[in-house]
Amino acid sequence: MKKGYVTMPASIESIAKSNLTSDNSPVANALSRRTSVRRETIIGWLFVLPALVMYAIFVLVPLVMSIRYSFYSWNGIGEMTWVGIKNYITVFKVPNLIGTIGNAFQLVLYFSIFPVGLGLLIASIIHRVAPGQFGEVTRTILFLPQIIPLVAAGIIWGWLLSLSGLVNEILNAIGLGAITRAWLGDFTWALPAVGFIGVWVLLGFCTVLLLTGINKIDPSLYESARIDGATWWEEFTSITVPLLKNEIGVCLTVTITNALAAFDIVYVSTAGGPGNSTAVPGIQIYILAFTQQRIGLASALAVLLMILVVIVVIPIQRLSKESTL
Amino acid sequence: MSKKRLSILLVSLLLMASMLLSACGAAATPAATATEAQTAAATEATTEVATETAVATPSCGTDPVVLNAYFETGFDLPFKLAEEFTKQYPNVTWDIKQDQFSNLINETPRLLAGDNAPDLIRLPTLVSFAKQGLLMNLDGYATAFGWDQWPVPQLSQNRVAEDGTRGSGTLYGMGLNYSLTGVFYNKKLAAQIGMTTPPQTLAEFEDYLAKAKAAGLLPIMQWGSAKSGMGLAFPLQNLMASVGSSEPVSEWIFNKEGATIDTPSNLVAAQHLETWIKNGYFPTDINAIEYTDAAARFGKGEGVFTFNGDWQNAGYDADMPGNVGFFLMPPAEAGGAPAAMSAPLTYGIAAKAQHADCAAFFLNWVATNDAARAIDVAVGGSNPGGPADATMPAVAEGSVTNDTLAEGARLGKTGSAMDFIANATSAIFAQGWTPELQKMVGGKQDAAGLLKAVQAEYELELAQ
Repeated sequence: MKKGYVTMPASIESIAKSNLTSDNSPVANALSRRTSVRRETIIGWLFVLPALVMYAIFVLVPLVMSIRYSFYSWNGIGEMTWVGIKNYITVFKVPNLIGTIGNAFQLVLYFSIFPVGLGLLIASIIHRVAPGQFGEVTRTILFLPQIIPLVAAGIIWGWLLSLSGLVNEILNAIGLGAITRAWLGDFTWALPAVGFIGVWVLLGFCTVLLLTGINKIDPSLYESARIDGATWWEEFTSITVPLLKNEIGVCLTVTITNALAAFDIVYVSTAGGPGNSTAVPGIQIYILAFTQQRIGLASALAVLLMILVVIVVIPIQRLSKESTL
Repeated sequence: MSKKRLSILLVSLLLMASMLLSACGAAATPAATATEAQTAAATEATTEVATETAVATPSCGTDPVVLNAYFETGFDLPFKLAEEFTKQYPNVTWDIKQDQFSNLINETPRLLAGDNAPDLIRLPTLVSFAKQGLLMNLDGYATAFGWDQWPVPQLSQNRVAEDGTRGSGTLYGMGLNYSLTGVFYNKKLAAQIGMTTPPQTLAEFEDYLAKAKAAGLLPIMQWGSAKSGMGLAFPLQNLMASVGSSEPVSEWIFNKEGATIDTPSNLVAAQHLETWIKNGYFPTDINAIEYTDAAARFGKGEGVFTFNGDWQNAGYDADMPGNVGFFLMPPAEAGGAPAAMSAPLTYGIAAKAQHADCAAFFLNWVATNDAARAIDVAVGGSNPGGPADATMPAVAEGSVTNDTLAEGARLGKTGSAMDFIANATSAIFAQGWTPELQKMVGGKQDAAGLLKAVQAEYELELAQ
């Protein structure tokens, strides 16, 4: 599908070229064809233009400006002073700033590995066991967190995970009263608790995306596997996972970016506490830029974070694309 | 191959962009401020002229005026005052926007620098905005209205000197009222542990804390989540003033040259707090408790004491009518002078405000008009300030406001008032006190380390 789109303009071009080079065609004919090709190209660009303009205004321009700000000392209002790479040096020197990157990588485990892993399992179970109504209900329930505003979700989870919250009540009821605690206020458990909220949010997205992918896999592959007596696990490892490489790649890319650039989930659940144990670069950037009015330093941290995400994500992109391109 | 490379490039560009959208929204918004700064500079000149002409007859006039105001969500006081003001001056109507305090902290510079600059705005801090020329110099109004004749401490916290230190210099804001913090107590639970009158010394107070713990009661209800900021800063600062002088603490808050929070007497205070934590005087889940939760739980009878300010009076009275008392943190030695955090509920006028005269007139009216003062006390719970001879509005029988006003008067006569240690710099609360005190609760920070870490953050922020 994708390939078709990419190659279409090229094929039109080759047709046009072959027409142009053919000696028998009258010149006028060739000219009119050339105009029509040009017209199509222009129309094509016109279709893309609105999106392109939006992309440039809201993505490329801020991107370039952030990179520029990172070399200045600026409070957001007054004059900007050129400071070279000083902001970048500060990021590496201040433990509160660089330390948050470690937390972000821990979040990758919760925001990315768990949702993608669990999503794969759930999607393949739904596909094999319950493709009908039950599967649809499951899919809807899992996807619900995606449409609940995160701020509301953060408040609800704050209640659920509080000392007298539902989570602890359940633990008490099943005789695990000894491990109850204020999950979001505990140094050891706050980050996993935030991660758990992340799993809840992202699992539905991954499951639905992977389920769509599974449904695109040729059913005859599964049929022949079953005729050969393959177990569910064998089907899973030899057909589902390899043929879902692309979808898994997309899931990993989106969720890892979510983890490394996390802000909303953390901000609404713990705001970085207790004692910076859940502080992530996104929160620090926010505090630097808005509370401290240090736009330059905030931009430097943001640029470093961006580079970090690109470094992590590009190999995943490459791996997931390798066999299919 | 090249297509592949192109797609990788596109994907990475897309990622970078989406990241930056979330991360650098900050940087994106002030893009237009280059021109804004220029207009700000231009209006500064006109502002000065405005202030000078304002001195003669600052009022709201008789023509229709729409005051452009930014208030803090969740506090009724400014809204009620605005309503009463319009009743008395019908030509003045209001265009009120409101936001959470934490959002206001972040928005204020842009609001002040923007095109539709507010005539009145709740100011979380003011030094940086004053230095950046975003706030109107109120000295002219102070002379015109006679504010400079009022008891000194009212205005001093909103004065900023040329070198950027607070406490003296040009006036940039006025308080709608002057809050007082100290110790609230649940009268029934206090009686249960044998406390009939407020403690006179720190030792006596700590004795009650121990008794409450022994009786199976929670000695102190307090909040500590990073979402509302660490509430242990309240008892800590009270302890600082109890075991030592409040003067060095004030100097630190006002960013005086060479000021440090890491002093021997503050160490003693922090050690007291550490002991309280270790003794289990605070809720075990304090690091996850938000301000509103702590206030609600105290209102439901959890906790004998709680450290808070008189802005919560109305809430406590509603939750436990007639059952809440208040006292200033007792000094370490009997007969010592009391000290407390007391801060103006500061409102300022943007340098570019269109109706600065009317806004200043409103600020003067709040402190001097009897109806306004009555609203101030009844709704805000705090001392309305104003001239020394102004009458104090009557307070409902059994209200904790009786206690806070009486203790406020005692503080005014014999003690000293300080601003909050959380207000020393714009991010010292979020980056210093909150995480370090949370670590102390988690046993990951001790008294000495706490003061050292906060001092390091303070110096880092002031060095920028």
